[in-house]
Amino acid sequence: MTALTISLAACGGGGDDEGSEGNTNGATSGDAGGDGGGDPITLSVATFNEFGYEDLFEEYESLHDNITIEHVKADTADNARDALRNSLGADSGASDIEAVEVDWLVEFMQYPDKFTDLTDPSVEGRWQDWKSDAATTDDGTLLAYGTDNGPEAICYRADLFGEAGLPTDRDEVATLLEGDWQHYFDVGKEFVASSDAAWFDSANATWQGMINQVEVAYQDESGELIATTNPEVKALYDQVLTAAVDDELSAGLGQWSADWNNGFQQSSFATMLCPGWMLGIVEGNAAGIEGWDVANVFPGGAGNWGGSYLTVPAQGDNIEAATALANWLTAPEQQIKAFEAKGTFPSQVDALESEELLSSTNAFFNNAPTGEIFVDRAKAITFQPYKGPDYFSVNTALQDALTRVDVDGTDDATSSWDKFVADVEALG
Amino acid sequence: MSTTSTLRPPTEHAEPPPKRIGFGGRLSRWDLRLSPYLYISPFFILFFVTGLFPLVYTGWVAVHDWDLIMGQGEFVGAKNFTDVLGGRDFWNALVNTFSIFVLSSVPQVLAAITIAALLDANLRAKTFWRMGVLLPYVVAPVAVALIFSNLFADKFGLINTLLGAVGIDPIGWHSQRLPSHVAIATMVNFRWTGYNALIFLAAMQAIPRDLYEQASVDGAGKVRQFFSVTVPLLRPTIIFIVITSTIGGLQIFDEVRLYDQFGRGGADGQWQTLTILLYEQGWTRSNFGRASAIAVLLFLIIGVIGLINYFITRLIATSEVKR
Repeated sequence: MTALTISLAACGGGGDDEGSEGNTNGATSGDAGGDGGGDPITLSVATFNEFGYEDLFEEYESLHDNITIEHVKADTADNARDALRNSLGADSGASDIEAVEVDWLVEFMQYPDKFTDLTDPSVEGRWQDWKSDAATTDDGTLLAYGTDNGPEAICYRADLFGEAGLPTDRDEVATLLEGDWQHYFDVGKEFVASSDAAWFDSANATWQGMINQVEVAYQDESGELIATTNPEVKALYDQVLTAAVDDELSAGLGQWSADWNNGFQQSSFATMLCPGWMLGIVEGNAAGIEGWDVANVFPGGAGNWGGSYLTVPAQGDNIEAATALANWLTAPEQQIKAFEAKGTFPSQVDALESEELLSSTNAFFNNAPTGEIFVDRAKAITFQPYKGPDYFSVNTALQDALTRVDVDGTDDATSSWDKFVADVEALG
Repeated sequence: MSTTSTLRPPTEHAEPPPKRIGFGGRLSRWDLRLSPYLYISPFFILFFVTGLFPLVYTGWVAVHDWDLIMGQGEFVGAKNFTDVLGGRDFWNALVNTFSIFVLSSVPQVLAAITIAALLDANLRAKTFWRMGVLLPYVVAPVAVALIFSNLFADKFGLINTLLGAVGIDPIGWHSQRLPSHVAIATMVNFRWTGYNALIFLAAMQAIPRDLYEQASVDGAGKVRQFFSVTVPLLRPTIIFIVITSTIGGLQIFDEVRLYDQFGRGGADGQWQTLTILLYEQGWTRSNFGRASAIAVLLFLIIGVIGLINYFITRLIATSEVKR
């Protein structure tokens, strides 16, 4: 134990001013996880994009004198996934808490031994069933605590809409865009005819909205890859590329690229699909730009894009303390604060009923009642698509195919699809 | 076998007395024979543990079905190699690697030797210039990549904006193959030219000055001196730089990984190099067997290129100093 403390103190760089003496009575109690208090502990938490946890970490540190939290933030979910894979393979190097995205959760569910069993009476019934079911193994072990969901709305630039002669009020825009994807693209054609800006940011991003409405897209429940033969996938692929390239609705900015980030400042596009967690990203990239708003509508009805979980890798030194922190972070009260900070929409049942959430507004988006809008968008979701263990890899290959046509212009839709088929075959 | 049998008899006949010598004597004999090996052993032990073992183990992994997280699977023989060699990705990555390598190493060595020659001249504030040359090397590769990937951004990057200002169409730094290679090679050159220049400079300063005096008495100008005195005498250093920059060039990773947001070498693999492909197979797709097969192939390629480089450099340099 002393050895452990010494090594931790060395790692933490003596971040705890209180010192280790005199904390032994455990100033904090009553937390569900019951961390021992006392010895100074540094907990590392690995996230990506925006989780809205910065203030919560400070709050937790002030509640627990002995705990210092170190935030490891990856720029994209892809990089976070690679890093986690690597640490699991090496059996070292993982953070005490690792965030996992829904698209690749299934993949990691294949290695239950690598994660701590997080089953706890205090979290029973905390999440919507589908959210916790996805993180539960066949034998009933809960491996991850749900953080947020990604019910999607449409973010739009009211000023650009106005210049192009479209309505600017968010309710009118919702009415205007009500309909299927084709309708959304048709309105787009009308818009680009009288504006310099494109209709949406990229085919990649739009694809995420479309594919998340397909019940079984790339892999069926028996594990067979159907991505290249599924007519639904091909039809959506053709539809999004026709809109993006032939109808010139896309700004052709590869999502998450330097150009994409800059595109917000350059007012390159007028609409984008907005899952809750995207609000924080838009606000960050579009700092100083006025006119962003959110409309309570989504093409094709409703959909969920992304949303994450917190896991506690079994290799960690502070599993108990990490579990307690993960438990605290994913409790409804905290998740509502994260929503207010960065728009990450809670996946907790109690949070959805909460008055705090419903009354929450977002100043950057013209004081839109984001709480109310996203609760509505979440309620409109009727099913969760099935995502097999290869979902992420196949979707990456498909995103590449879209990028080749929409962003790079190195291929046309047909030749790019052929490469996608070859890529999927190479996966096996 | 025959050599040992011919060697053994003389030693036995030549030293009969030691047979009676006690244990202490035997110890001192062992001391004499073994100590030298013992003294140099730390290097070899370290080399075996950190160099040879991983090398051999990579070969072992390459013939198995091997998952990053689940570990060793079935023995599959050459399947990983045939999968790799049979796919489009490997050959694409090979061409990219060579293209980036040529675009970076060649100008780099030429520029480094020129800069070194300039620094070797009598300059004011020598140390300042010499340290200045090394500055880019001190900057973290991640920072270099971040700055350059913004300079080279396709739509709103500084370079394309400047090109636009003089009426040239924007270049697809992240979409077209060759431009992306040029951009990445620029990053590599930015970082390594100064470093190589300093090594050249150190070697140049070891060249006896009277050679230059004699050359100028013979009527050789600066340029002639450079080609007839400096370059031939730098031969060992040139070989060293060419070989290290070959290895570095073929293993290029950081700059490519950080060139765009995904680090996979482009949606069409426009700038995917062998190491990036290796990384993608091993870490993103968890297929360590295939990644190891690529590593083994890369090792062989570097070996072959290293040899070719060595002979070419030798030929060129010796033809000039030969007496």
